[in-house]
This record gives sequence, structure tokens and C-alpha cells, in this order.
Amino acid sequence: MAEELVFRFDVDGEDFTSAGQASVQVKKNLRQLGVDSEVIRRVSIAMYEGEINMVIHAGGGTALVKVYPDCIEIVLEDHGPGIKDIDLAMQEGYSTATDTIRSLGFGAGMGLPNMKKYTDSMDIESTVGVGTTITMRVNCQEVL
Amino acid sequence: MKISAIKELLDAEVLTCEEGLDKHVYSACGCDLMSDVLAFVKDQAVLLTGLVNPQVIRTAVMMDMVCVVFVRSKAPSEEMLELARDSGIVVMSTEKTLYTSCGLLFSNGLTGVR
Ligand SMILES: Nc1ncnc2c1ncn2[C@@H]1O[C@H](COP(=O)(O)OP(=O)(O)O)[C@@H](O)[C@H]1O
Ligand SMILES: [Mg+2]
Repeated sequence: MAEELVFRFDVDGEDFTSAGQASVQVKKNLRQLGVDSEVIRRVSIAMYEGEINMVIHAGGGTALVKVYPDCIEIVLEDHGPGIKDIDLAMQEGYSTATDTIRSLGFGAGMGLPNMKKYTDSMDIESTVGVGTTITMRVNCQEVL
Repeated sequence: MKISAIKELLDAEVLTCEEGLDKHVYSACGCDLMSDVLAFVKDQAVLLTGLVNPQVIRTAVMMDMVCVVFVRSKAPSEEMLELARDSGIVVMSTEKTLYTSCGLLFSNGLTGVR
């Protein structure tokens, strides 16, 4: 496998208004690389939901986007409270978000299901009190 | 439907990317819940919303939407407008409510997402 290209972002957990900046940047970067627009869209939506989650549920974290010849991998890592029951969290409509978050347009419990829907694989590793790492992959045609 | 027709129907003020008024949209979504937009919307759509924060524009960017209409005269911040310009999104503001705006577009032939 050829050496992959990696983009790395710190996601600020203090500032909701900036949430999503990394995803916007990734979208630009992938477009510059000439990645297929449907693949870009799926990657950006999944990453955007994940980035918002890191901000509203975990106090921020880091996002890595790795461009491999045949797939794009997104790794979102935070040191937030962790997810106690992952199966429950994956259900459409399940949310622990506050009313404040709802009034901002998120917290409908559709984020994790959306992330799964738009990616070819998604793996959640989470330990309560330690943090959460979500790894998602979207397959694509050769870009590098 | 051309974006210019949306402007006319909603009697809206164009705030960014006037040069995009000739573009076409094929579906619309009236929604304050960004996760729903992220879940259901298809290509070349217009988003009508009463929610005003940068995530509205970023959501539109993620979905490759071409136009965002703020209803009930809601005023987006300069930061939001800058984000929209950066992605070539036409932003408009109308005095009409979300319900009325959606109804006008629908009854003039712009249907929703299945
Ligand atoms: N990074 C995270 N850290 C801790 N909890 C999380 C994280 N991501 C998701 N969760 C939990 O999973 C639930 C469901 O997430 P999601 O489907 O994105 O819905 P929403 O964000 O709208 O609440 C959240 O309400 C939260 O309890
Ligand atoms: Mg979420």
C-alpha cells in the first residue's frame, strides 16, 4: 500500500460556533485531491456529525483523516465521559443532549446512526471515564 | 426551480453570491433540525430555516446545498455570510414564516425530498 496522506485537526470543545470547521476543511482538501464528490459528501457528513458530537458530548478532541489508495479513514478521538451503552447510543432518536444543544439544531439522536449510514465501516471504542475513539471508513476509487 | 424564482416568490433579500441566482434547485427542505437535514436531503437543494448559527451554513456545505433561506427576517452574522461566500452558497432572508415560505415554493412546483 502506498504511503497515506494524513490531515490532523484539533477540535475545540469550548466553542460551539466553531464546531464543524475541521469537516469544512477536510471537504476542501479532498476536493483538491480530486476525490469523487459522492465520496467527499459521505466523508464530510460522517465527520461533521462526529465532530459535533466531540464538541457537545466530550469537550473536544482530535480528528485524523487518512487518505489511502482505496479508502478514506476518519479517526475521531476524545477524552470525554465515554459511552456507556453503545447499542443504545446507536439507536435513532436516543440522545442525552441538553435543550440548549437542541435549540442549536442538534441533539436529535441522529448523529451516530447518520455516521453509520454514510460510511462503509464504523467502529466505536469507548470506555466510561476515559474517552471514545470512533474509526470510520469510506471506500473509494484510487485517488493517490 | 431557479434560485431567482425563489427570491421572487419569497420576496427575499439576497445576502451573498448574487451571481448564483441562475442556478437551479431540485428539492427543498424546511427544517430547524440540522441532523435531519444531514440524514435526508439530496443534491442541489435549498434549505429554509429559522435557525441562525454557523452550523446551518456548515450543514449546507456538507450537503452540497446551493441556497439557504432564513425566514422571519432572521439576520445571519457576518461570519456566517463569509462561510457561505467561501462555498458559493446563495443566502437570502425573507420576512415570511417557514410554513408560508415552504408552501409557496411547494405550490409553485418545488417539491420536497422523498
Ligand atoms: N464522543 C462522545 N462522547 C460521549 N458520548 C457520546 C459521544 N458521541 C455520542 N455520545 C452519546 O451518544 C448519544 C447519541 O449520539 P448521536 O446519535 O450523535 O445523537 P445526539 O448527538 O443528537 O445526542 C449522545 O446523546 C451521547 O449520549
Ligand atoms: Mg450527535
